Amino acid sequence: MADIARSFNDLNFLDHLSTGNSFLHRLDPRVKLLTVMGFIFAVVSFPRYEISSLLPFFFFPAVMIPLANIPVRYLMRKYLFLLPFAVLIGIFNPIFDREPFAFIGPLAVSGGMISFLSILIRFTLTILAAFILVAVTGFNGICLALKRFKVPEVFCVQLMMLYRYIFVLSSEAVKMARARELRSFGRKGQGIKPYVSLIGHLLLRTWDRARRVHTAMLSRGFHGKFYMRRPLALKASDVIFCLAWLFLFIVFRLYDIPAVIGEILTGAVA
Amino acid sequence: MSHHIVELKNLTYVYPDGTTGICDASVRITHGESVAIIGPNGAGKSTLLLHLNGFLWPSSGSVRIGDAPLTKETIRDVRRTVGMVFQDPDDQLFMPTIHDDVAFGPYNLGLPNEEVEERVNSALSRMGIMHLKDKPPYRLSAGEKRRAAIATVLSMMPDILVMDEPSTGLDPFGRRQLIGILKEFTHTKIIATHDLDLVADLCERAIIIHDGRIKADGPTADIFRDEALLHECGLEKPFSMQSCPICSPVPKP
Ligand SMILES: Nc1ncnc2c1ncn2[C@@H]1O[C@H](COP(=O)(O)OP(=O)(O)OP(=O)(O)O)[C@@H](O)[C@H]1O
Ligand SMILES: [Mg+2]
Repeated sequence: MADIARSFNDLNFLDHLSTGNSFLHRLDPRVKLLTVMGFIFAVVSFPRYEISSLLPFFFFPAVMIPLANIPVRYLMRKYLFLLPFAVLIGIFNPIFDREPFAFIGPLAVSGGMISFLSILIRFTLTILAAFILVAVTGFNGICLALKRFKVPEVFCVQLMMLYRYIFVLSSEAVKMARARELRSFGRKGQGIKPYVSLIGHLLLRTWDRARRVHTAMLSRGFHGKFYMRRPLALKASDVIFCLAWLFLFIVFRLYDIPAVIGEILTGAVA
Repeated sequence: MSHHIVELKNLTYVYPDGTTGICDASVRITHGESVAIIGPNGAGKSTLLLHLNGFLWPSSGSVRIGDAPLTKETIRDVRRTVGMVFQDPDDQLFMPTIHDDVAFGPYNLGLPNEEVEERVNSALSRMGIMHLKDKPPYRLSAGEKRRAAIATVLSMMPDILVMDEPSTGLDPFGRRQLIGILKEFTHTKIIATHDLDLVADLCERAIIIHDGRIKADGPTADIFRDEALLHECGLEKPFSMQSCPICSPVPKP
């Protein structure tokens, strides 16, 4: 049960990171959103059997994570938590797609294996990019940027509420889990039964609390608009940041960098 | 000014599960009054207050804030007029930092940035939590959360202040500060609380609720003197009005 409390604190932590004040935090949310969207688009648009040309894209997280001061261990934990979902998506590829695709010595590697691996790499890259984006922009910032990109306001506010809702839900879960744990005195409680009613209660309580939070927002004049402390203002550094990355992504997308390097090296040797 | 009148007429609210929260309550509070709502746990204090900003809608009876009855059309103006501090501060803090939370209301009022900052800073320093400005709400102690929740409402500068147990969880100094702030606030105040000394200090009028019904409504001093009434409603005299058994033993009649 301590797990629930842990993962909740983890979530909070991501939110908390976004209140930092590094160079990345100070960039306009719009350019960060655009950059990460460009990154994800480039990564996802590769054909399914691609592996080597995906690797250069790790350059982006490798630069951004230290710059943004995101603790790597924390990031790894979140990533491992989500990994099973990617495995689930790709797991059938090696089973259905048995066509030999390449040979490593005498070992035949099926197309399915390759595409599975490709899915995992892409998943890793997109997840890292998404984490980085939230950690340096905050969810409010992302929603605000979306709004500026003419995404309908209703949608942005929905997204925002959804995000808040996760916090509400998890904090209720933490409180209830703690109450149960304290009263079961380290034993198993009463098996599965308390959990069933726990989940029922959780939904009701969350619903109630979400309603109260919503009223509290309305009480303070909320009418579907969020404001940000840092006003949106595009600076030269913002534009340069965005263009430089996008340029790099295009190069990575168009050229198979490892192959090019390999050619140069073997060429140099030959 | 008729603008800040709060009037409940035969207000009854039955919760969806059939519990009667409040039954046939009629109250009229005029501008500038400072009213305490007291009563034991489960009496219906919170239920009554939650009608004042449209969180609950009466099962029967009506609510009037200012000149108009509370309806879906008037609710936006009403919410602007009524500043409500909820019983649970967690309901009130939903932004990434305390600063953003306190600024949320003023921004929504459409104030310019400098004015918002001014109001935020003033509300934070009045509640003594300036140093918590950039902390996220879930990293605060219970008392700090309470202070922050009150600050979010102060920054709105409402015409009617409604508070549900505002002094719970505050340390003695914080409680003093709160009383000071509330004394400064000259508009209408409606405070539900178990802190009867705070009531004796702040409110000239008190309303006792017991089992969902209004049992008494009158000057605080008179109500606190009526021991039979207090006893019947499961309440006790505030400490400040109890004679000290050590220095002045109760004379036998
Ligand atoms: N969501 C709900 N559903 C059903 N019944 C409720 C609900 N909330 C409160 N009640 C019931 O309504 C009655 C009045 O509750 P209320 O919260 O108004 O009490 P209160 O006077 O504020 O008490 P306290 O001093 O403990 O805050 C209680 O009997 C309570 O059990
Ligand atoms: Mg209450």
